[in-house]
Amino acid sequence: MNNVQNCNVAIVGGGTSGLALATELTRLGADGVVVLEREGEAGGVPRHCGHYPFGVKELKKVMKGPDYARALVYRAEKSGVDIRRGTTVTALHKDARLSITTAQGAYDLVANRVVLCTGVRESSRAQRFIGGERPQGVITTGALQSMVYLHGQRPFRRPVIVGSELVSFSAIMTCRHLGIRPVAMIEEGPRITVRQFMRPYPAMMGVPLHFGARDLRIVGHRQVEAITYTDAHDKVQTIETDGVIISGRFRPEAALLHDSHLVIDPATGGPSIDQYGRASDPAYFCTGNLLRPVETSSWCWHEAVEAAPRIVHDLAHNRDLTKGTALVVSGDALRFVVPQRLVQSDAPHAMEQMQLRLKRPTVGHLIARSGGKTLWTDFLQSRPERRILAPLAPVLAARDSQTIKMDIIEGH
Amino acid sequence: MPPHPADSQEFDVAIIGAGVVGCAMARRFTLDGARVVVLEKAADVLDGASKANSAILHTGFDAPPGSVEQKCIADGHREYLEIHEGLGLPLLKTGALVLAWDGEQLAALAGLVAKARENGVDDVEVLTRAEIMKREPHLASTVMGGFWVPREYLIDPWASAHAYLLQAIANGAVLHRKSEVIEGRHDGAFWHLTTPNGIIRSRQVINCAGLYGDIVDQRLLGQSSFTIKPRKGQFVVYDKPASALTSAVILPVPSKTTKGVVIFRTIFGNLAVGPTAEEQTSRTNASTDKVMLEDLHAKGVAMLPELGNYEITTTYAGLRPATEFQDYQITTDAARNYITVGGIRSTGLSAALGIARYVASLNSITPLGKPIKSPKMPPPDRLSNYHPRDWETPDHGGIICHCEMVTKREILAALDGPMPPATLQGLKRRTRVCMGRCQGFYCTGPLSELTEGRLDPPIGERDE
Repeated sequence: MNNVQNCNVAIVGGGTSGLALATELTRLGADGVVVLEREGEAGGVPRHCGHYPFGVKELKKVMKGPDYARALVYRAEKSGVDIRRGTTVTALHKDARLSITTAQGAYDLVANRVVLCTGVRESSRAQRFIGGERPQGVITTGALQSMVYLHGQRPFRRPVIVGSELVSFSAIMTCRHLGIRPVAMIEEGPRITVRQFMRPYPAMMGVPLHFGARDLRIVGHRQVEAITYTDAHDKVQTIETDGVIISGRFRPEAALLHDSHLVIDPATGGPSIDQYGRASDPAYFCTGNLLRPVETSSWCWHEAVEAAPRIVHDLAHNRDLTKGTALVVSGDALRFVVPQRLVQSDAPHAMEQMQLRLKRPTVGHLIARSGGKTLWTDFLQSRPERRILAPLAPVLAARDSQTIKMDIIEGH
Repeated sequence: MPPHPADSQEFDVAIIGAGVVGCAMARRFTLDGARVVVLEKAADVLDGASKANSAILHTGFDAPPGSVEQKCIADGHREYLEIHEGLGLPLLKTGALVLAWDGEQLAALAGLVAKARENGVDDVEVLTRAEIMKREPHLASTVMGGFWVPREYLIDPWASAHAYLLQAIANGAVLHRKSEVIEGRHDGAFWHLTTPNGIIRSRQVINCAGLYGDIVDQRLLGQSSFTIKPRKGQFVVYDKPASALTSAVILPVPSKTTKGVVIFRTIFGNLAVGPTAEEQTSRTNASTDKVMLEDLHAKGVAMLPELGNYEITTTYAGLRPATEFQDYQITTDAARNYITVGGIRSTGLSAALGIARYVASLNSITPLGKPIKSPKMPPPDRLSNYHPRDWETPDHGGIICHCEMVTKREILAALDGPMPPATLQGLKRRTRVCMGRCQGFYCTGPLSELTEGRLDPPIGERDE
């Protein structure tokens, strides 16, 4: 048996969400707040992002990622949060018990509540079934940024960027920081994934943008030599390059959940939660990008600050074990909805909005139904990468029913 | 004075190729008392056919009866069970189910069972559909029947080969990497092999060159009795939680049109589906193809419907050194003390120890030394998900790869060990770093710094 330690709230993950939550919990009077960070430094993904703009809304300052991360760490430690670095949670157990390993050895941490804030990571080459050889030099933006900003390493000199999400543009900025210029940005779809006003940016940076690029293949035995793809006119194109940056298509970092007793929503890839952010075991709360791919640091910060009072309230009361109603998506346009469960509780500080995402660009009416009854509806025109919010209050009114379905009736 | 000075360029046996067969051969001949040199063309060992396979220790139940392959698999299986504990190598006793999914396959089962018994695998057991579903409740209900092969097991395909070679090295063998044999001549007593590391003199040559077996024969003997026809196999590997979907290895019934794919857990805790079987001419290009990978995924989901809910960790392709013949091509040129071990197709991992024994029995020369009574046992790579790992022991220096829980101590041990990796691929095989679900998202940065100056090509250059 490992030695056992105790704390009040154990937060797994010391990124934006975990640090913002810990600071807010402490501000609200919670004591014994511990943040468990597996890296040698806390701060999470912003540590890797050596560019602007971070912190605008929440810290009222325009900062680069590493400065933002340092500010979050400073605020947390100043308010009395115990940040344990180099500390890996290896298993989640019932009764808020965590198995932990550090370089020095292992212990168990038993908390009153656990909050999972493990964030997201990008999809790898394999997860996209990108074919070809398997040379060195094919990495995600996250790996690139960690090499560049944290470890002073340069993996290549003229890479191709795969994807056109916000993080893909961040990859261009990281390359500029290195003094190198990507030779191309490749997008499978017919347009860039980020908002159209970003459209001229790659050209301004001298990076040609290619749309409709499918059947991407990687060429090179030891190191990347080229990529090939089939273009919109069914022609096979070749671009000589020495590296490939696989960007975006984030997915929750939910490995701990998979090996645990907690229920996962296959649609988000994250935990199934109720309107208080509780997982299927009410001793476990979750917040931040673990809930769904993917939001900005700023969004996660606000989400964490809003989560704090409901955790404080929950700590002061008995764990609420009431059964809930499933909130599900229906039809083939909606990808997911968060939360996935609505419990019959009148505790304060519930989420006010549900978050949804689309599978494809859609125009129509978003509609909430229970039984044959329409609970709420509104016009919607959106795209898969955009956040969609809908009020929870109208559906909470029907939370004694079996299932509440979110659907879209397409058309104007 | 040590019996086998490492700087000597004169050997009893020169083994060409450090794939799993060459590694097992080096161990066998070293333990039998020979002075052994291993000549590997690549910068690291296990760089050809042995770098990618399904990591199953087969019984050979379905090998052609009476073939050399069948004998070597059976002997190799037996010896692995004898030595794995001593070498610290893992074994997971999963067993395998050979399953029929249509009428044609169902009709073929009886023949396969008879063949297994003919091959001495007499513990196979025919199962009803209900019995199969009870053993493997996640299988699709379309399964029609099958049989149970209890002694098909999971092993670590790299740690085992490394351990064979490390044991050889610990007991006096010499490994030369980046040592392609360019040409050679036999002077009646000795072979003179020209390599980038100089001329190697050896009384005997054993060609274990795998995908280059025919080329090495042509260079040294002037001809080859077979032609290597590389056969590519692609695989899809699923995230570790998916391994809960099966207990046994799920083997197909080969039909006239297709060999079918295997669903197998790995010793590292993943679940995998594969291989494809694609003839090609290139001996180096192990490319994956989106269409084939999607097809494998679809085949996996058809047999194991819940597989669709799990993340993919990686995809890979391996090349098997098939020839125009069905059986292994193990031949001797007694006049020139030369043995060719060719055409070791997909069963090389299972058969390696048996092949080494078989070749030792053919051996036409007597080693100068004596068999080593109590050989040294080097510490192995301990990477099995089903056995204790380094991170569970204190003072590991911190975890570098969070997906595979690889510690700094493990990485430094590999880099500073008796057979340090020359490439990132080699480091991955020795430690599993970057092999997990994030495929380097988290660990590439620290790893790049930790391995600075140690790998070629490097993960990154220092950004001045």
